[in-house]
Amino acid sequence: MSHYLKLCTTFIILTFTNSLLADGLFMVRSNLAFPEAMTVLQNSLIKHGYKISRVQRVDVGLTKNKYKTDKYRVVFYGKAREVGEIANKYPDFIPYLPLKIAIFAEGEQTLLVATNPDEYERMYKEPGMSSYFKRWKTDLRSVLKDVVTAK
Amino acid sequence: MYKSDFKIKLSIFVSASLMIGLTLPLNAGINGGSLYRDNCAACHGYAGKGGVGVPLSLEGFQSTVSDHYLFETIRNGRPGRVMPAFKQFSDAQINAIVKHLRTFTKAKAAKFSNKALRGNLKNGKALYAKNCASCHGDKGEGGTGTGVTFSRPRNLPIIAPSLSNPGFLKSASDQMIETTLIKGRKGTPMVSFLKRGLTRKDIKDIVVYVRSFEKQKRKNEFPKDDKKAFIKIKSAENFKTTVENIKRSVIGHNFKLIRVQYLNQGMVEKGSENKKQVIVYFCNFRMLNNALAIDPRVGQFLPCRLTIIENKAGVFIYAINPYRLSALFNNKELNKSCGGMRKTYMDIIEEATL
Repeated sequence: MSHYLKLCTTFIILTFTNSLLADGLFMVRSNLAFPEAMTVLQNSLIKHGYKISRVQRVDVGLTKNKYKTDKYRVVFYGKAREVGEIANKYPDFIPYLPLKIAIFAEGEQTLLVATNPDEYERMYKEPGMSSYFKRWKTDLRSVLKDVVTAK
Repeated sequence: MYKSDFKIKLSIFVSASLMIGLTLPLNAGINGGSLYRDNCAACHGYAGKGGVGVPLSLEGFQSTVSDHYLFETIRNGRPGRVMPAFKQFSDAQINAIVKHLRTFTKAKAAKFSNKALRGNLKNGKALYAKNCASCHGDKGEGGTGTGVTFSRPRNLPIIAPSLSNPGFLKSASDQMIETTLIKGRKGTPMVSFLKRGLTRKDIKDIVVYVRSFEKQKRKNEFPKDDKKAFIKIKSAENFKTTVENIKRSVIGHNFKLIRVQYLNQGMVEKGSENKKQVIVYFCNFRMLNNALAIDPRVGQFLPCRLTIIENKAGVFIYAINPYRLSALFNNKELNKSCGGMRKTYMDIIEEATL
């Protein structure tokens, strides 16, 4: 994508998803049922260049232990190069890698929760990490928007 | 070069104009429905049916609250009770959201004066203890389990609000509280206390007592020295021994080991992972169920894990600091669990590194 087109896209995403920034957490609701929302989420993460390293099936563990719950998963994702760089240069951030999004059913709809990377920036105050946080925030907004707007 | 420079400047101008045009708080252009959808629907549902947030579309609720109450609630939130304060919105934006909320039902908005009621504080206290405390808490702290959703069993359709919450006391006038006590709220466990046999004088006394919660001393929940985002402990043992010690210590603290993996596993080709960066995942399912019942968003920081790495400086054990992170949730009930989890992480690490 050309540079000026990327600039335009970033401005537009910033505009339409500005409202997600109310909190330290991003939380969105999808009208899709859980299986469909999960598919859109994973496809969108891959589209943004991330690898899904793992999906933790929280609901399976709970139900096996006789607790009642609807679908609840945690999707772990990341870029190998970024994880390697950060683990090497900024190891104090390792507890927060890989990045993750919690996704759970809410009746016939689905909720998604992720940490706003601005919070990481507030917690870590590491200038060298700023570019990662900015990029993650842009990507995360775009991914969540994909899930919210999918039909 | 001139052409591409012009293209970049033109695209910046167009995008900036679009962004400014769409975000300027012009009354005519403010769409309360869009603001609600983008900021409120995740918790309250697109049609206000509730979930993590209270159901706003209940007629019993809408007919007993004023637009002022809704406005102030959006503006001030409920500190410690999940509902954030939307300080970034203009008055016009909040009014637009309130207008949108009113479209959920045909109920007419209540109107209340701001006049303080007079009553007998001592009698109000006694009546509160007898009639209200079982749901709203001895000191008005509210019901527990603020994060119930439709994803798991729930005992009540709505958790009893915290009447001592500063956000609530700022939003609700005495007359509103009085009216709620008189009429109850259909569709919720809140009944009419007039029908329950209290007199109007009794109700005024209770309102005066609830208003006295404004004088409650509020303690800072956060320990002053615990604002770090992570826990980091150096191990005196070698990498392999440290990993084994951590696994033993996890089990010894009544957790189940669920997985041990490399940090970059799943992101790189199998066999090429960094073997000196290991995550130990573990879980206590009773604790997990309780945590999710308090706030379903907490899955963002699960499962429990400790990461062991070796670099030139030595072998280190890392964990997130759950207590620091609980601030993200604005959920006072979660603070206690997160404090407990922080202590658990420290206990596990300390035992493993003895």
